[in-house]
Amino acid sequence: MNQFQYVRATKAQAAIDVVAKDPNAKFIAGGTNLVDLMKRGVVTPQKLVDINRLPLAKIETTGTGLRLGALALNSTVANDAQVRAQHPLLALALNAGASPQLRNMATVGGNMLQRTRCTYFYDLTMPCNKRQPGSGCGALEGINRMHAIFGASSTCIAVHPSDMSVALVALDATVLVSGPKGDRRIPFGDFHRLPGDTPEKDTNLEAGELITAVELPASPFTKHVHYQKVRERASYAFALVSAAAALDIDGNNTIKAARLALGGVAHKPWRLTAAEQVLVGKPATEESFRQAATVAMQGAKAFKHNEYKLRLAPNTLVQALKTAAAA
Amino acid sequence: MTKHPEPDGPANHDENRRTFLKQSSLFTALALVPGTVVEAAAAKLDERVADAFEKVPLSLKINGVKHKVTVEPRATLLDFLREQLHLTGTKKGCDYGQCGACTVHVDGQRVNSCLSFAVMHDGQEITTIEGLADGDKLHPMQAAFVKHDGFQCGYCTPGQIMSAVACVREGRAGSEGEIREYMSGNICRCGAYANIVAAIQDVKDGGQKV
Ligand SMILES: Cc1cc2nc3c(=O)[nH]c(=O)nc-3n(C[C@H](O)[C@H](O)[C@H](O)COP(=O)(O)OP(=O)(O)OC[C@H]3O[C@@H](n4cnc5c(N)ncnc54)[C@H](O)[C@@H]3O)c2cc1C
Ligand code: FES
Ligand code: FES
Repeated sequence: MNQFQYVRATKAQAAIDVVAKDPNAKFIAGGTNLVDLMKRGVVTPQKLVDINRLPLAKIETTGTGLRLGALALNSTVANDAQVRAQHPLLALALNAGASPQLRNMATVGGNMLQRTRCTYFYDLTMPCNKRQPGSGCGALEGINRMHAIFGASSTCIAVHPSDMSVALVALDATVLVSGPKGDRRIPFGDFHRLPGDTPEKDTNLEAGELITAVELPASPFTKHVHYQKVRERASYAFALVSAAAALDIDGNNTIKAARLALGGVAHKPWRLTAAEQVLVGKPATEESFRQAATVAMQGAKAFKHNEYKLRLAPNTLVQALKTAAAA
Repeated sequence: MTKHPEPDGPANHDENRRTFLKQSSLFTALALVPGTVVEAAAAKLDERVADAFEKVPLSLKINGVKHKVTVEPRATLLDFLREQLHLTGTKKGCDYGQCGACTVHVDGQRVNSCLSFAVMHDGQEITTIEGLADGDKLHPMQAAFVKHDGFQCGYCTPGQIMSAVACVREGRAGSEGEIREYMSGNICRCGAYANIVAAIQDVKDGGQKV
């Protein structure tokens, strides 16, 4: 591993100043992604700013909903009574990710910013536009079983691996950041990017910007929710495809509102607004769910090895909706 | 247990580093060392500046014993425990968070020691497999692993036991299914899973304090 200077920040502004000024500096939170990538030489920061002592770990109720501090641990959030009562979908998605040990280290902010698990990104001997802009995309003509079916570009077909983010995009979360130019709020759906011509940029975060919290608006989706994750083994694996479903169903089994998103299919957590619209006013039945899934898949495009996702994704979505409706 | 000297102790290391920096031209230093060292050298500062950031002071408690040491920022908690403190009970399986062999407790919570830097744990309390038994008396989970043959080669076992203790403490040992899910962060290539689950159920059902 390359050598680096280690600094421990006790004030958010100081941490921001250091990272904003130095393109080779990075924040470190749980370390579960950054240390991994540093060991492999995929990321080689010369300065690490440890943000774990910043007072950003609280989970608190605000006037409009719930605020999760950026340093709240994935396990803490998943076990939090308010989260479980108000946003059970988020708890389900978190518990479907990684392992108990990793969830005890991983933070809200770090989880959103984890890098893709595309093997070409990890393999320094292979081309990867995300790791080394201009070097090409190894996956495009290579082994692309795990890759995107939505929103890919000719420069990158990687997917975003976070489970938590799939729930957060479905629940209309907002990301709170502080940076050298002050504070701003980013709707979760605008936080991650599609690869386009700049796959090296995963998100719209600017240099030196620190995520301070994620806010969840109050929501009616407290009961009929499900996070369905399909993996190559029962647990402790990244998603091939995952689906987050949240339904508000009235006494006549009619859907009043729906929130849907897919994971493992795109460079960002993939919100399905059009499919949600299909469900509104319809009965909560498999037939309605199939119609929504058909709309959800419009525009999907497979590569050589991931054609299975064109069937797996809608089936996973229907399964998530059925389980959510029955919950 | 015998106290081991630190083979990679500051004296030794610093000496080599100084000699290296003195002998190397600024040009070589540019290629090999991070910006700050280069800056320090360029400004003709004493190379102790470089040392200062290569080793960072760290105080923490491990298995109830206080340690005041200096560590390289690059040392993971796992390597620090094994290489610097010679607490080799904690195992390195994958070194990438994928197997759980390196599981220890930090402030009572189970974590993968291979994926965080030791310096990040200043002021914290670490428990490793060496800290579980009470003298010669095995911890109930250790005893249950022996009783149920919860291992074959034993390489994953320290991690399994640390994780199993946490699993029971977290209240996640309610059923076989729950145990399997909440122990999924610990891989056993010998496939001793059935007996590991039995050991955990035994401890849970026995109601002993873990
Ligand atoms: C074996 C394994 C299996 C896994 N399985 C899954 C899985 O199934 N599902 C899943 O979702 N995830 C999985 N993960 C990934 C895991 O969830 C992430 O590594 C973790 O969430 C990252 O959080 P962290 O706090 O450790 O981030 P770090 O590693 O500390 O940081 C990650 C990045 O975020 C930046 N950063 C961190 N905090 C902030 C902040 N507040 N503001 C600005 N920048 C910040 C850092 O600079 C760094 O670039 C797995 C990981 C491993 C190792
Ligand atoms: S050595 Fe840490 S998880 Fe494998
Ligand atoms: S006992 Fe051999 S790896 Fe688990």
